[in-house]
Amino acid sequence: MKVALIGMGSVGKGVAGVIARKDLGLTITGIADSTSGCVDPDGLDIANLLLNKSKNGCCGDRQISAMDVIKKADYDALIEVTPTNALTGEPAIGYIKTALLRKKHVVTSNKGPIALAYKELHALAHKNGVVLRYEATVAGAVPVMHTLEHGLAGNEILALYGVLNGTCNYILTRMADEGLTYEQALLEAREMGYAEADPTYDVQGIDAAIKLVILANTIWGNGVRLNDVDRTGIDLLTADALRLAEEEGCTIRLIAEAIPRKHILRVSPRILGKNHPLVVDGTLNALTLETDLAKEITLIGRGAGSTETASAIIGDLLFIKDRYARST
Amino acid sequence: MKLEMKDSPGQLVAALKPISEVGGNIIAVIHQREPDLDDDTLNVQIVLELPEGRLERLVVLLKEQGVHIQRIGEERLLYKRTVILIGHLMHTDLSDTVDQIDSTGFAEVSELAMSMPAVHERSTSRITIKAVSKNDMEAALAILRRVSHQKSLLLIEPLEEIA
Repeated sequence: MKVALIGMGSVGKGVAGVIARKDLGLTITGIADSTSGCVDPDGLDIANLLLNKSKNGCCGDRQISAMDVIKKADYDALIEVTPTNALTGEPAIGYIKTALLRKKHVVTSNKGPIALAYKELHALAHKNGVVLRYEATVAGAVPVMHTLEHGLAGNEILALYGVLNGTCNYILTRMADEGLTYEQALLEAREMGYAEADPTYDVQGIDAAIKLVILANTIWGNGVRLNDVDRTGIDLLTADALRLAEEEGCTIRLIAEAIPRKHILRVSPRILGKNHPLVVDGTLNALTLETDLAKEITLIGRGAGSTETASAIIGDLLFIKDRYARST
Repeated sequence: MKLEMKDSPGQLVAALKPISEVGGNIIAVIHQREPDLDDDTLNVQIVLELPEGRLERLVVLLKEQGVHIQRIGEERLLYKRTVILIGHLMHTDLSDTVDQIDSTGFAEVSELAMSMPAVHERSTSRITIKAVSKNDMEAALAILRRVSHQKSLLLIEPLEEIA
């Protein structure tokens, strides 16, 4: 199956690397980063491109834009892994729409378009007889969407509770384990590359809330938006709070929860017993699904990372290859 | 409460029936035969939850069934939740915050642990609340949420048990 890759940040490089390294039956015929693009219907030389990217900072011809690749390249599925824009979802929404209109499948790790325009994009894909998949948007490598779609098919999902932001989880783990203040733990998270220079998006629970919105729309199709999430971050937590919780055999984690029957859609720091399945360490993610048949299922795994996120994208691509593009 | 009844078929059911008749909820029944007790009587301890003011009616109904009440225990607060509050707790009158729970009559603050950093810094406290029933606990937490919001305090609640 032929694929085009838009976005050559950490995730894009991870995906390109895995496709080049493993014999998965995937051929990359188009690549674009923020400043350049390149196309070859017979398959691009990925190793060479990655080398170029690390040397010169761009992967192809500056005359070719991402939109040129999306419009003109010969591919079956578009891999859209540009950075998340939580406010407008652009330019990714435009990229995805263009590909769908060309009757191309789309796989994305980009939370913006899915959180903001899922209904519209899903309808557009359906109308054009292709699929839009986004396993990588929630909990990185953890196969949440596949589990919901296949493993738990036929179940009614009654509620979900998750640790969906690795940065916050790392900070809280370090505050609990080492007695660090919030500021010290944040500084450490930055040094480790787990937190952005501007950590607002993570520590105020916005990232977790976006993922909660994506999950709620996927499971219940209820059209909720970011503003519907009752949101409290971890930036006002004190080291004493974690110590006082610890004295009771508990700890604090940032929990995203959705319980439709109680009209709860919330991200907030919560007290949990230390042996609770959602109390995972470091940058790990965890998600508990409460269902009518299976009862509780908890998934735990890596929520970020180049190869880890690539795993989710490759899973989506091979699902499409297997189900829709057998002939190619 | 501790009950004494005849050890014959149907007696226990007869003793439990009035409880549901007055709208009570049985939480536990402890039913032990003591070897040194007269053969034809049975001692049963029942832990139950009753709507307010129904106890007298229950006592009458039990007597009609021929059940002897040995002892009625004290009302106990059965539900316990621990929360953490962060903010300017002293400046926003912590005793008033606690009193808003205590004055409900159905819930009370049973434990309070507190850290007191430098004067201008926010302090942190761990508060344990006890209440008679699950609904009362929810009502108490709702009060605490409202008070925290008014006083700009950060309230950290436990994650609800998965139902």
